[in-house]
Amino acid sequence: MATREEITSGLAEILEEVAGVNQDDVAEGKSFTDDLDVDSLSMVEVVVAAEEKFGVKIPDNEVQNLKTVGDAVTYIEANA
Amino acid sequence: MVAGSRIVAMGHYQPSRVVTNEDLTKTLDTNDEWIRSRVGIAERRIADTETVADMAGFAAEKALAASGLTAADIDLVIVATCSSIDRCPNVATRVANKLGIAAPAAYDLNTACSGFSYAVGSADHAIRAGAARNAIVIGAEKLSDVTDWSDRKTAVLFGDGAGAAVMTGVPDGEEPGVGPVLWGSAPDKGDVLRIEGWRPYIEQEGQIVFRWATTELAPFAIEACRRAGVDPSELAAFVPHQANTRIIDGIVKRLGLSENAIVAKDLVESGNTSAASVPLALSKLIERREVPSGAPVLLFGFGGGLTYAGQVVRCP
Repeated sequence: MATREEITSGLAEILEEVAGVNQDDVAEGKSFTDDLDVDSLSMVEVVVAAEEKFGVKIPDNEVQNLKTVGDAVTYIEANA
Repeated sequence: MVAGSRIVAMGHYQPSRVVTNEDLTKTLDTNDEWIRSRVGIAERRIADTETVADMAGFAAEKALAASGLTAADIDLVIVATCSSIDRCPNVATRVANKLGIAAPAAYDLNTACSGFSYAVGSADHAIRAGAARNAIVIGAEKLSDVTDWSDRKTAVLFGDGAGAAVMTGVPDGEEPGVGPVLWGSAPDKGDVLRIEGWRPYIEQEGQIVFRWATTELAPFAIEACRRAGVDPSELAAFVPHQANTRIIDGIVKRLGLSENAIVAKDLVESGNTSAASVPLALSKLIERREVPSGAPVLLFGFGGGLTYAGQVVRCP
């Protein structure tokens, strides 16, 4: 079972690859759209990559609830 | 007996009025950089006076002229469209009347953005069955009629236009030029892309459509190749529905095309023209002689319904 830190760093790798976000900028309190400048379509790509990486299902209606990196970490931690 | 069908010639038509991203910023809170980076569109063509049938007719005239056949040879007209405001007579008989095609089987088909591949498949089946000898198959849309020009989420996406193909039978012993169609739909997801009601406007859940298109469609495109006996690495060109460059890139990533394969990105200058996008893009590739005659090209449409369809065709 991955720790919150491990999930955050996994997400940081995905964010860099998919959306060109600097991994050092990724922290639990950061908003995907406002702080990390991830647009709505890149967010979908992040979600799809996170599903593969963490072996978790993130349904369409859940994506809009993932506002911050911390939201995503919590969801992955609870559902992986 | 016929062994199958092939595309003999293509033609296309776009309205003369160009609407750039910059033009849209005069009435919408949007900008060129946003539209280019999110969608990949720089400009689109918008019809002022032309109807869907007018544009379909102009495209069909060009295809027929390039085919070497005449109106008297055509006995089937299929028009793929989801935006014709005029319902009856249907667009296909209007086109037939304009072109002087006397007594064809003529019908419209609506599977939204996948319409052209559905129509090519239907015409191929009719020719194989002996129900038709020569067909004109058209994708034509006037999406500006069903666009809410005050909604920046959708108004930046769409355009108007038409593309047409003339198809004919291939005699026994020769290689068919239209591969088996792979067609289907995901009706349970249908409500994420709508043109509904008495004064309809296009509405969509963009994220859900994007996810469906980038994650679920590549296997169907690969299956269309398999049914034609063509490996994706052998394709000379891939002509997908022109909705969004990021969707196209997402599908291409999973296809296994060769480095030399051409990937159509006509949306840059045409926007998303729904059922017209694939024949428009293919017709332009042929006009620019970018694909050699006889080379295999994968057509693949997807969109409202949610529907999808594709087949490998030999470039005319």
